[in-house]
Amino acid sequence: MTYAPFKDWENDGRKGAPRGGLTSNLKNQIIMAVIKLDKVSKIYDAGKIPVQALDQVNLEIERGEFTAIVGPSGSGKTTLLNIIGGLDRPSSGDIEVGGVDVDQLSDNKLIDFRKDHIGFVFQSYNLIPVLTALENVEFVMLLQKRSRKERLERARELLQAVGLEDKMDKRPSELSGGQQQRVAVARALAPKPSFILADEPTANLDSTSAGNLLDIMAKLNAQEGITFVFSTHDPRVIERARRVVTLVDGAIASDVRKSEPVQ
Amino acid sequence: MLFRLAWRNIWRNKRRTFITLASILFAVLFASLMESLQKGAWNNMINNIVTFHMGYIQVHQKGYWDEQTLDYAYPLEPAITKTLGLKGVEDALPRLESFALASTGSNTMGVMVTGIEPEGENAMTRIKSRLTAGKFLQENSKGALIAAGIAENLKLGIGDTLLLIGQGYHGVNAAGKYPVEGIVKYPSPDLNRLLVFLPLKEAQWFYGAEGMITSLVIRPTSPKAIVKAQNSLKSVFPSDAYEVMDWKALLPDLLEAKKFDSAGNVIVYFILYTIIAFGLFGTILMMLRERQYEFGLLVAIGMKRRRLGAVVFLEVVLLGLVGALAGIVASMPLVGYFKVNPIQFSGGYSEMMEKFGFEPIFPAEFSFRIFFMQAVIIFVLTALLALFPFRRIRRLKVVEAMRS
Repeated sequence: MTYAPFKDWENDGRKGAPRGGLTSNLKNQIIMAVIKLDKVSKIYDAGKIPVQALDQVNLEIERGEFTAIVGPSGSGKTTLLNIIGGLDRPSSGDIEVGGVDVDQLSDNKLIDFRKDHIGFVFQSYNLIPVLTALENVEFVMLLQKRSRKERLERARELLQAVGLEDKMDKRPSELSGGQQQRVAVARALAPKPSFILADEPTANLDSTSAGNLLDIMAKLNAQEGITFVFSTHDPRVIERARRVVTLVDGAIASDVRKSEPVQ
Repeated sequence: MLFRLAWRNIWRNKRRTFITLASILFAVLFASLMESLQKGAWNNMINNIVTFHMGYIQVHQKGYWDEQTLDYAYPLEPAITKTLGLKGVEDALPRLESFALASTGSNTMGVMVTGIEPEGENAMTRIKSRLTAGKFLQENSKGALIAAGIAENLKLGIGDTLLLIGQGYHGVNAAGKYPVEGIVKYPSPDLNRLLVFLPLKEAQWFYGAEGMITSLVIRPTSPKAIVKAQNSLKSVFPSDAYEVMDWKALLPDLLEAKKFDSAGNVIVYFILYTIIAFGLFGTILMMLRERQYEFGLLVAIGMKRRRLGAVVFLEVVLLGLVGALAGIVASMPLVGYFKVNPIQFSGGYSEMMEKFGFEPIFPAEFSFRIFFMQAVIIFVLTALLALFPFRRIRRLKVVEAMRS
């Protein structure tokens, strides 16, 4: 089965967009390319003692991967995800996404880059509380200057794809934690990103909700080739991941690829 | 959707929003009512003086208004003829005015003796409607019409004799005895203590100024035609020999006093709006603190900082505008009530106000300009305060915000 939302948009019908964004040529490169970290380090020195959150991390993630970054608390998982997602900048090293050195982008260009190429699912409070599920999914496409018709059509299809067709008009406070995370996945997929970064997406969910969410993400990965990168402690996520990167004290301790496909 | 987002955000914390709105509402209500009453009282006084006696425009011989002596009297003819058919001019009323002493035996007071054409004067100033005793003057009357304040001070009644002594045209002695034919009461305490009317011919005889007048009081076709009338009068009364003055030029001291009084209110408004500004600022600070994570999330998923800043700016300005509009809606019936039912003072306070020349009545001025100005003040205030979130959002660190 192919989900309608993941058919390529026939044209990039944004009104006047992208302003200050990337060229379509570059966008094509990104779609084909990988995430590449070369000797990336991150040192926080806000306190008296500098803290090395990442230490010379080398990592390549290819298109279509379903990767879990695991490790104990404070091992640097979230920092790594933040740096890949352009939410934080490394202290040293290079990070390339589809050949673009994201660290060199200005703040505004980086925001555009995230908007167009990266989907985010955070641990909790992912949604804008005053908007309905449908409006939350629509929101990023509004930032992309998609037409209203296009936005509504895709948002409805995405919510249907995550099994929330009957909750479109509900606000986040009227949804369960699992439903909110599914809306967040739909929202992350809305701009047709190159990959999705999910920071402990199942951390606050009961096992049924977590299972449902993982089923949806695994299906999107398997059937649509969407690239997922998780940071997680959750054994259920680790079990479903095809690749598990373990971080210890900010450095990669192991990087294991599983042969069997995600179920 | 951004407007929808801003609007819904306002109502996220309903209790806080209502408290903020209420503070703005009461500030606008209080400021509007205060300004309406103040302007109403001043306008009432100016209106009394202008419409009941002074007129909208006067034509004098050049220099008269500064010195106000009979030496600046000029011939009634041909001046009156010149005003006929002028654009914006409905009617012209001749007056011969000068100061004199009024006396009844042991009591004496300074008055302004004004020679008038009784019927024309009544048509312009509705003086007959102010008659409280006796009868109105005729063209050939030999008596005087006096204001109620003079009658009270000099203990005069109808038929009593009023003795007038003064200096006439070019220094001649002016003296005469006049029976009181009527008493008129003015709402303006100043006019009430000042005016004595004689028929024009009688006044000309009294001042030894046969055929002369000191002023032509002009009635424009409408209050809006004042400028047009003034311009057409200036074309026939050249400025080297005459002065054509509108009521603003005739009452500079009064207008100055009004301005001074209004300036005093600015201090009260300043205090009022400073309190409101701190209240609003507190709301903004709380809102920024509460929504750190959300702002981080929005920037993370691709919302430009300036766009996010614009949404928050819109929220604050909307809050201010809703509060100001609610204040205006609440003010209108209250101000309207005090316009129809003016506040009337009595007792000692009333006497004190009369001493200062005010009628002890405060009718509120119902002017959309007053309400509009309050909305503008609130808008400017909130717009300035709303710049603060812009600054905070510009400096927002996404990762730190999302850890909050």
